[in-house]
Amino acid sequence: MRITVNVNGTEYSRVIEPRLLLIHFIRDDLGLTGSHWGCDTSNCGACIVWLDEQPVKSCTVLAPMADGRRILTVEGLARGGRLDPVQQGFARCHGLQCGFCTPGMMLTARWLLDHNPDPTEAQIREAISGQLCRCTGYENIVRSVRWAADHEAAVSADTAGQAGGTRARPR
Amino acid sequence: MSRPAASEPYGSVPRKEDPRFVRGKGTFVDDVTLPGMLHGAMLRSPVAHARIVSIDIAAAQAHPSVEAVITGEMLAGRGLAWMPTLSGDVQAVLATDKVRFQGQEVAFVVARDRYSARDALELISVEYEPLPAVVDASRALDAGAALIRDDLPGRADNRIFDWEAGDREATDDVFAAAQVVVGCDMLYPRSHPAPLETCGAVAEVDQLTGRLTIWCTTQAPHAHRTLYALVTGLPEHKIRVISPDVGGGFGNKVPIYPGYLCAIVGSIITGKPVKWMEDRSENLMSTSFARDYHMHGEIAATRDGKILGLRAKVLADHGAFNGAAQPTKFPAGFFHIFTGSYDLRAAHCEVTGVYTNKAPGGVAYSCSFRITEAVYLVERMVDLLARELGADPAELRMQNLLRPEQFPYTCPTGWVYDSGDYPRALRTALDIAGYAELRREQAAKRDRGEYMGIGISFFTEGVGAGPRKHMDILGLGMADGADLRVHPTGKAVLSVSCQTQGQGHETTFAQIVAAELGLSPDDVEVVHGDTDRTPFGLGTYGSRSTAVSGAAAAVVARKVRDRARLVAAAMMEVSPDDLEWAGGTWRVKGDPEHARGIGEIAMAAHSGLDLPEGVEGHLDAATVYNPPNLTFPFGAYICVTDVDPGTGVVSVRRFVAVDDCGVRINPMIVEGQIHGGLADGVGMALMQAITFDSDGNCLAGSFMDYLLPTAVECPSWELGTTVTPSPHHPIGAKGVGESATVGSPAAVVNSVLDALAPFGVRHADMPLTPASVWRAIQGRPLRADWPAD
Repeated sequence: MRITVNVNGTEYSRVIEPRLLLIHFIRDDLGLTGSHWGCDTSNCGACIVWLDEQPVKSCTVLAPMADGRRILTVEGLARGGRLDPVQQGFARCHGLQCGFCTPGMMLTARWLLDHNPDPTEAQIREAISGQLCRCTGYENIVRSVRWAADHEAAVSADTAGQAGGTRARPR
Repeated sequence: MSRPAASEPYGSVPRKEDPRFVRGKGTFVDDVTLPGMLHGAMLRSPVAHARIVSIDIAAAQAHPSVEAVITGEMLAGRGLAWMPTLSGDVQAVLATDKVRFQGQEVAFVVARDRYSARDALELISVEYEPLPAVVDASRALDAGAALIRDDLPGRADNRIFDWEAGDREATDDVFAAAQVVVGCDMLYPRSHPAPLETCGAVAEVDQLTGRLTIWCTTQAPHAHRTLYALVTGLPEHKIRVISPDVGGGFGNKVPIYPGYLCAIVGSIITGKPVKWMEDRSENLMSTSFARDYHMHGEIAATRDGKILGLRAKVLADHGAFNGAAQPTKFPAGFFHIFTGSYDLRAAHCEVTGVYTNKAPGGVAYSCSFRITEAVYLVERMVDLLARELGADPAELRMQNLLRPEQFPYTCPTGWVYDSGDYPRALRTALDIAGYAELRREQAAKRDRGEYMGIGISFFTEGVGAGPRKHMDILGLGMADGADLRVHPTGKAVLSVSCQTQGQGHETTFAQIVAAELGLSPDDVEVVHGDTDRTPFGLGTYGSRSTAVSGAAAAVVARKVRDRARLVAAAMMEVSPDDLEWAGGTWRVKGDPEHARGIGEIAMAAHSGLDLPEGVEGHLDAATVYNPPNLTFPFGAYICVTDVDPGTGVVSVRRFVAVDDCGVRINPMIVEGQIHGGLADGVGMALMQAITFDSDGNCLAGSFMDYLLPTAVECPSWELGTTVTPSPHHPIGAKGVGESATVGSPAAVVNSVLDALAPFGVRHADMPLTPASVWRAIQGRPLRADWPAD
């Protein structure tokens, strides 16, 4: 079957097997390998991408379910060559070690900050509680998200037309 | 000790690795795609112990997308059905005679896409003749127990080894005369490191040159290359092992797994590159597990709390093949450091290793070669002694800790601890925790029927294997090479044998070289994880990278600096003896105006400058660092838990960790590693266990069943630091990567059992799940090695 999806603002049309998992479609068919596969059972969240405006675990979404919809992956987080505050926060606060869970963590963090620009530590922990990190003990991930929240205004003021409100992504 | 020449590049600088990772531009093994690449999938045994009657692959071969189906019989024809393990045993690549654990590799399919390879597995028909499974390690040596390793000539039972350390007679004497003796049975349950990236490989054998390139999830690329050479008969210069970005290792990616070899054979047979990536169940059920130590500990002391002796008797479940990756001379790893951090007279331990019908492994989870089990044993015993004596566990520890003036200290089982100030670390932790106030709070809460626990552990590790005279793996001495080239413009490339799975070597090792040469870390590129581009060395595990390869980096930089001195002398037309190293330059003593930095010296070294006799051009050096001893990091951990006796739910309210790993090159990275290890400790203490039913079926084959801690089970870690440099490491550093995993489980367990003291619960085994805690309160404790049915 043929599906057409908009990934990070680019339209892709491919003929696929109906049983193809979205994570394999993104990685193998589109060559966007920033999203990772980690567990098959929706426990680890390494495969998280946005389907329209919602983070989903793409190892448990069939690619045909994404037909006609928009996907945001880690490769689409930066805008105009400028890193998203979340990406900057992870690098500034040592929010990653091996880097495998990082794309999924950042996409959840982006969603959280879009809906709650000033989250408490407990709210950040709750937001990422469906995901696993084996390296960081979560401490610096929490700090990274908080850093992004604290610097969001400054960073987005630099980006024309992006100030305030829930941002529709991908643009 | 020698100090770093220039300390400024040390510090919490951002990692060089991060720009690629935050953009999703890392290159993990599964990200490698080669033209014409095929995909492999593994057929695994559904049962724990059975004879293989027949394997029918005809239907799979007929699948339109399948290019090859490989069985053990086919491998046997090439002499590849069995491979050596890192412990000197052999392991089946694909089973030929029997299957010996559930999940064992039976056949390998190579197809044109991932899904077809999986489909074809369903088309293979295997007839098994079931055999009784040995699941309970304590029954493995029974007279009637099924013989698991009938492939080994002359083998009559399931015993792998008997090993002991310490002085049995002296220890028995101490115990016989002691006023107080406390004993306890305890289980360190089978666990699994579960890195978020599973294991896998892409193998490409060039049909023309016969050269093998394998991208592989390995923590030890050079050791793997040697093993591939031994197994396949290919010469090492025809083998290139590339370990690209690796999504966590924790020991899981030290051994060689059958899938790697099958990918290689698949490429040989098909003439095309073959990718094999295991799924999560395969990772949990077949790759190297950890722990599974069934221990009995005893501690002897005077009535006023002076610890006199320790002894331990251990049954070690190694699974179906002895696949532990550890130094050859130490079949129980470094378990005999179990005297821990205390000044005592005598100790003795004996360990018996047995085969069972479970996945192979044993040393594979940030355990510093079994020091995790050792620390757990001694720290539980000290707490039990405190309970017996009615002593405060912090005071009892303070009373018995080694004193700073005792270092270097030779422990009763022979380890020579390099340096330490233990009381300072414990005092620091007690201060951060507000220990006295916590005890007051606990007493007040108990009066109200609320149960909080305060648990302490103090650990000493020996890491950085190791002196090659004593430590080798498969005969390969555990020394690490390093090459350093300074290019004409003063930019440097350091090549190291170890490999990073998140430890940040590209940053830390650049900082080491930069500090020695007066460069910016930005001007030092670190090359690793590719056997074609790096010198030989044993890899990254056992907290050995900074301890061994980091030392090599400092030593090779000092070699370059010494050569630079000769070149600088020629440049300034003075004697080398007239120069001093200051401010990152070689300068004329007493004349700071006359100085040359490494950049200028490097250009001159590559120029037409007339160099003194015996001084070669360019500015390069190589070294092999053979550590004189292990380094001995230590720390004091305090865990505060709240326990609900009605449900058995434990919540970790606070965790204080004071670590002393000597000089810290990048404190941010060190602290990050400690955070991660603490989460592991909470996971092992409260959640994680690989369990089996009585038929040997693995009950923890997915993340639905094998529970790992998330952000909501972990508190915000409270860290403290003391710095006691290693006297023998070139920059005074000690390994740290596993410290928190080693030290923290005992603190969590001690905390929970402290909370449960009013219920008369003396001991309960990990994982302290709600069910386990509740059952302990009812006086009917659970053990993870008791089959669920």
